[in-house]
Amino acid sequence: MSGVSRGWLIPLMLVKYVLGGGKMYAEKRLSQRLKIFCMFGLIPLFAFSAVVIIPFAMGAFMTLTNWSGLSGGFEFTGLRNYTTALSDPTFWNSLLLTLKYVVFTMILTNVLAFGIALLVTGGLKSQNFFRAGFFTPNLIGGVILGFIWQFIFLRVIVYMGVALDLEIFSYSWLGDPKKAFWALVIVGVWQSSGYMMLIYIAGLMGIDKSILEAADLDGASKWQQLLKIKIPLMAPAFTISLFLTLQRSFVVYDTNLSLTRGGPFRSTELAAMHVYNEAFLYQNYGPGQAKAIILFLIVAIIAISQVSVMKKMEVES
Amino acid sequence: MDTEKNINLSQRQLKTKSQPVSPKLNHIKNIKSWGIFMAACVLFVLYIFPFALILINSFKSRLEIVDSPLALPSGLNFDNYREAYKTMNFTTAILNSFIITVVSVTLIIVFSSMLAYFLVRWRWKINNIILLGLIASMIIPFQALMIPFVSIYGRLGLLNSKWTLSFFYLGFGVSLATFMYHGFIKSIPVELEEAALIDGASRLQVFWKIVFPILKPITTTIAILDVLWIWNDFLLPSLVLVSDEQRTLPLSTFYFFGKYTSDFGLAMAGLVLSIIPVIIFYIIMQKQIIKGVIDGAIK
Repeated sequence: MSGVSRGWLIPLMLVKYVLGGGKMYAEKRLSQRLKIFCMFGLIPLFAFSAVVIIPFAMGAFMTLTNWSGLSGGFEFTGLRNYTTALSDPTFWNSLLLTLKYVVFTMILTNVLAFGIALLVTGGLKSQNFFRAGFFTPNLIGGVILGFIWQFIFLRVIVYMGVALDLEIFSYSWLGDPKKAFWALVIVGVWQSSGYMMLIYIAGLMGIDKSILEAADLDGASKWQQLLKIKIPLMAPAFTISLFLTLQRSFVVYDTNLSLTRGGPFRSTELAAMHVYNEAFLYQNYGPGQAKAIILFLIVAIIAISQVSVMKKMEVES
Repeated sequence: MDTEKNINLSQRQLKTKSQPVSPKLNHIKNIKSWGIFMAACVLFVLYIFPFALILINSFKSRLEIVDSPLALPSGLNFDNYREAYKTMNFTTAILNSFIITVVSVTLIIVFSSMLAYFLVRWRWKINNIILLGLIASMIIPFQALMIPFVSIYGRLGLLNSKWTLSFFYLGFGVSLATFMYHGFIKSIPVELEEAALIDGASRLQVFWKIVFPILKPITTTIAILDVLWIWNDFLLPSLVLVSDEQRTLPLSTFYFFGKYTSDFGLAMAGLVLSIIPVIIFYIIMQKQIIKGVIDGAIK
């Protein structure tokens, strides 16, 4: 009965929704509005402000002062913390190393992830089993993953290098700045390629089978199908996956800490660890926070421009 | 034109039924799929091998590992595990991790769903600004917050407590969860709620009795993403939880490994112990986890 009587309301509601700017629930009195806000929005917005907004605003503010983080008093010092930060050569080294790490990790992770996604969706038997296996490293915290690989690089690879008499494996990679960097890249790729694989699998499964069948009949080779149909049709998957790898690898900390601790001699200290050490190890709060803000700006600018450029490409293709 | 279509059609029928056209073609197809299978197997072994290595070595003594880290253990010796379990304070650590994860995820789900509902159903001008602020905040890396964070909450004396840590997770998790709920609630027609309102239910009752049950799929996705995040998180708890007895599993693994790094067998047993809970969770919830991760990334 009530269903029938309310049926005619639906078109009315739709009109109201479109015309009335979508006023769904409108409490008239201020006291009622306040009550609704307190009921639904107060606690989460309080937590969000206390944990994200206030520290962020304070962090930006304290870079303009000589506040030491502990004592109460401070004076304005303008941009001095930023000039100190930018004239620190170890910071530049760390930023350049991070950039190199991001580029290699991003490319290798996505190439591997896309390759595995193609392999796993290509009519493989027990593909769920494979998928689950490739995804496993992603479930485990970076600290533990770093320790696993520390053991492998220190013990297993050296053991194999000596046994097989291979020069490049006979000494630990973690003791050499250049090789330690590649150790970090290997672990980063191993950790996140399974996750990106899932995104690519979802993209591949979303392609309409009839398009591929039609291409098959028109005599398009598998390679042509991949380049001309599959990749353009799953452009959104590439946008997401590149964004995630970019954002994640810029601020990677856990595997850096447990695999190399920034060593040997601070040569593998990526940006996130550099900021941490600057603040909590060397107690340089002001320049440390300035470096954190610089890192934030770099990540934000690169990630936002990557997404907007790729969104444009999605529309064109 | 027409005949071409007919040919195409008949070919398609042939293909979809996948009748063996000729034994030779079938043979090539077999070799190819065998090649794909082998390639997948090789990659798979490469991915899983690190886990196998720590498992093998966790049963060995120090000398056995120095002798050969690749050899199988001489027997199933659980001494390393017993020792690691004790020195890691495994029971305390896993309990801490469990409490923090459950409390934080519950807080995030309860409050983010309510906030999202509020942002969708009451169209005040400020609500768009709030949503935009939440979305924009997701780009801020934790490193840009942690220094002021520690100095503010350190001075207020609020660090070193599981409950403050859970509150922090609510603050950090609310943006993504609200964003995901917001997209979902937008698609729920408001008419569903009207009958209950006419029956005299309060706003909160309408939300919990009618809207929240509909949100179940997205709630599962958010819960899985947040469980994996909070269970494995290291940096935030390492800054907040100072004393030994508050440590979560990643923290106690970290300190344990640092202490016993030269006693490989023991260290490996510690790593295996700290991995086991996640693997059990994965085995039980595999389907939901994979679906949750995909949904979470795409939205």
